Amino acid sequence: MVAESTEKFERWTIGAIRDALIAKRVSARELAEDYFARIARENPKLNAFLALSPERAFAQAARVDAMVASGEVLPALAGVPIAIKDVISTHGVTTTCGSHILENYVPAYDATAVALLESAGAVMLGKTNCDEFAMGSSNENSAYGPVHNPVALDRVPGGSSGGSAAAVAAGLAVAALGTDTGGSIRQPGGFCGIPALMPTYGRVSRYGLIALASSLDRIGPFTTTVRDAAEVMNVISGRDLNDATSADTEVPDYTAALGESVEGLRIGIPREYFGPGMDPAVRHNIEVGIGALEKLGCKTVELDMPHTGYAIAVYYILMTAEASSNLARFDGVRYGPRDVGDGTLMGMYRATRGHKFGDEVKRRIVLGTYVLSAGYYDAYYRKAQQVRALITRDFEDAFKKVDLIVTPTSPAPAFKLGEKTDDPLAMYLADIYTVTGNLSGMTAISVPCGLTPEGLPVGLQIFGPHFGEARVLQLAHAFEQTTNVN
Amino acid sequence: MKISREEVLRVAELAHLELSEAEVAKYLTQLDSILEYAAKLNSLDTSNVEPMTQVVAGLTSAHGDLNPTFREDVVVPCDISREVLERAPDAAPPYFRVPKVIER
Repeated sequence: MVAESTEKFERWTIGAIRDALIAKRVSARELAEDYFARIARENPKLNAFLALSPERAFAQAARVDAMVASGEVLPALAGVPIAIKDVISTHGVTTTCGSHILENYVPAYDATAVALLESAGAVMLGKTNCDEFAMGSSNENSAYGPVHNPVALDRVPGGSSGGSAAAVAAGLAVAALGTDTGGSIRQPGGFCGIPALMPTYGRVSRYGLIALASSLDRIGPFTTTVRDAAEVMNVISGRDLNDATSADTEVPDYTAALGESVEGLRIGIPREYFGPGMDPAVRHNIEVGIGALEKLGCKTVELDMPHTGYAIAVYYILMTAEASSNLARFDGVRYGPRDVGDGTLMGMYRATRGHKFGDEVKRRIVLGTYVLSAGYYDAYYRKAQQVRALITRDFEDAFKKVDLIVTPTSPAPAFKLGEKTDDPLAMYLADIYTVTGNLSGMTAISVPCGLTPEGLPVGLQIFGPHFGEARVLQLAHAFEQTTNVN
Repeated sequence: MKISREEVLRVAELAHLELSEAEVAKYLTQLDSILEYAAKLNSLDTSNVEPMTQVVAGLTSAHGDLNPTFREDVVVPCDISREVLERAPDAAPPYFRVPKVIER
């Protein structure tokens, strides 16, 4: 059995909250009070929240309760307590990116995704812990201490969106936003045992997201049910004139296909995702999961995606290159603390960055600057962009033959805190099944796929083609129903 | 070795990053092993592959090819400068203040 876990709270879903508000069984204010009380009890064990925003939450709850009182039609997420990863800007609420270099940063505007959630009636409880600038797979790179996995407190929650995953899994929020650059939504979702969706590149606006790697970053939801993930996607998807990379593609109702039969869906099983190095318990659960999909009438098709094995190498070149460029703006001039250094402008830049960035951030800036520097650009950066095209082609070819692709989310379940902190490369390999989705721009979800004999959650990953979220959610929902029955 | 101590120092200079001696030594070893790992890309012949530089440009959807549309390039008010400057490490509105860079 697993080590100590957190208290079990009543689980609210978005639909249950809507029904309870309309029936006046609960008010938005009472819900917010209940969730802040849960956070006060459990957060000292988890370290999932870095900042709380009770004023903003109770003001929003009051607006929702006024709508209920006047009998207005409630917006989609009325009264739903949510949490936001601390790399996403929130007007007036500290946004640290898990870093000392932004320890006192208070944004002057809201990210579009946050504004959309609040326009739909969601009640923001606060900001969640994460690896510094979303760089990590365990949440151990936060300047504010690691997050503990609510399932087993001596284990990591995954990363980089570990606080968001832990908050939802522990019942401290009904939904949370995370960000995914190489697996940072799906992997912690898998480790904490909840659904976690990475939308297609361009599906959700990133305006107000403090960027790690602009060609890879996505914003997406953590929820306790697949239906709730669909409800959140309905609200946050769509074109935003403040984000030129957001797509002008129609947003369907993501709940519409939930519950429809998945019989006849062609599911690709890529051999490269089932090679050596996978934990036997993970392999067992995923095989059982694939069997459950076959029982639902899905047709499984073995696939080859021959460039999968190059993905981590491509990822760590392109991501660090983009990160070194994006993080150039943190220099002590406009935000965050300033370290004056030797008193010169250059000395101030060097001291502020050298002293306020953490270890992993500096490692990635050095690597990213190196691969972009004269003499190495073609050998590393250009080469990686070429192989990225080949990895994307693997997916395009696959989606000519199948509707969706199923793999494990991670090669192993949640590891112990401190287990991998000394070896960056070993940590990077935890993302081996997820980075391909970021490189290719595809969408993917991690859904719970049972527990290991030790009691640790396993995640099953479902990839869909560009803008294929509706189909991904449909299969994830059907799969969720079978695992609930068992 | 894929990377030398001098290169780590040069890159840190380019990135405006003050590193301690211990950090230089550590990053040298770690980056060397990461670059060694990345060298596996050289086993692929990519001479006829166009580098992928855009994610959106290649996106297609159920509705056909996606052409990113851009908003009209018109100036709209963005009235947050006061709030931004209030929270800056050192500001003399409407400017951020930094150490002197020009002697006269």
